[in-house]
Amino acid sequence: MTTLKANELETGQALPDLDFKTTTTVVAGGAIASRDYTPVHHDKAAAISQGLPDMFMNILTTQGICSRYVTDWAGPDAIVTRVKTKLGGPNMPGDTLKIRGKVLSTDGDAAEIEVTGNNAWGNHVTATFSLRLPA
Amino acid sequence: MSDEKKQALEAEIRSYVGKPIGPEVIGRDPVNEPMIRQWCDAMGESHPAYLDVDGAKGTVHGEIVAPPTMLQAWVMEGWDMHEGYDEPKNEQHRLHKLLADNGYTGVLGTNTEENYTRYLKLGETVKALTVIDEISEEKATGAGIGYFITTKTAFENQDGEELGSMSFRVLRFKPANPQPTASAAGGEEAVAQKPSRIKPPMGHDNGWWWERVADDGVIPIQRCTSCEKLRHPPRPMCDGCGHQGFDSIDASGKATLTTYTVVHYPQFPGYEYPIISIIVDLEEGERMASSLIDCEREDVKIGMALEAVIHEDDDGFKIPLFKPAS
Repeated sequence: MTTLKANELETGQALPDLDFKTTTTVVAGGAIASRDYTPVHHDKAAAISQGLPDMFMNILTTQGICSRYVTDWAGPDAIVTRVKTKLGGPNMPGDTLKIRGKVLSTDGDAAEIEVTGNNAWGNHVTATFSLRLPA
Repeated sequence: MSDEKKQALEAEIRSYVGKPIGPEVIGRDPVNEPMIRQWCDAMGESHPAYLDVDGAKGTVHGEIVAPPTMLQAWVMEGWDMHEGYDEPKNEQHRLHKLLADNGYTGVLGTNTEENYTRYLKLGETVKALTVIDEISEEKATGAGIGYFITTKTAFENQDGEELGSMSFRVLRFKPANPQPTASAAGGEEAVAQKPSRIKPPMGHDNGWWWERVADDGVIPIQRCTSCEKLRHPPRPMCDGCGHQGFDSIDASGKATLTTYTVVHYPQFPGYEYPIISIIVDLEEGERMASSLIDCEREDVKIGMALEAVIHEDDDGFKIPLFKPAS
């Protein structure tokens, strides 16, 4: 597996699309894998009592999925040094999270990648990943 | 809330700024392969440096490392979180309870920033110290008025070596549109609905128009009962004679396209984009704003013949739209 170099990237370049199918298993599995036992992330009844139609994905799972989206594209030697996320609406079982990415900028061996995740509720997440790439 | 009470509340919440939320949290388990593998399963992650000793040797890491976004997972409280925090357990809970008790009952995560000094290695124990870093002035937001609370967490290993940092911002707010709560008898729960079209304001001057659309499936055109001049959109007074009495006629639905624009941005939840936003001349002579459906962008021509359809959204809202005349 090769890793992209920063000087191979162009500003505005798009990452491949990922349409991520959200299921109850994905939401619960992600919550438990991140040790986030807040009931709204694994217990539908708890989510309904808070006014939502179903349990919803926790932030760490969203970040984990976006992170692998970026490094699946960039390659295994791409180092994630920073992630900034802006959180929007919920992501729930039955939602298809449309994950899209583009290169925002490059500087030496560093690159900034913007990732957006949208579903039927609107924008779920907008994240900026800072990467360090091989020289 | 009186000004005095508000000032007292603000003084009290500001006293939390700069405070650690509690003692340093020490991860229950050191960085380990089973938890990494469980994470990778859930995230659909196949990175060789996270999953396989031989694979990791072929990467810059040279050994198994933990996924960077897993940083916070090592110090999460875990199982105890499911019981909730009716009784505050730390300063952060106390701050949130204070605001909740004063009507700021809503909470929304809005932003995070995580910095990873380096990837974590197997066997490291993660320690985290979280401080309440900042509380904003009271802000008006789409969700309601409230305060943005930012916490900062410093992560280090068992030897005090820096691993990374996190800032996390939440909005604590008074819900602008409180959901009706379930009745004491256990009535229907209020459940959030998927977003749909933003509803037009319906007041004294135009409410009747939308009711006719919904109830009778027609496009009414307002008519002066004195001089019979038509007018649209609905308004209180005839611009021909100044008379305020009115009735209406039903439009045939036949129209021609006067002008249009294609809306790509900004995108609001509840709409399919792009939207072909149009102005039409109704056969009866009045002008109307709507959207064009069942028509490809490249087939739109100014002057084209259109016909109205009374469109019904999934939530039952009815609105006149136009499509090319058959």
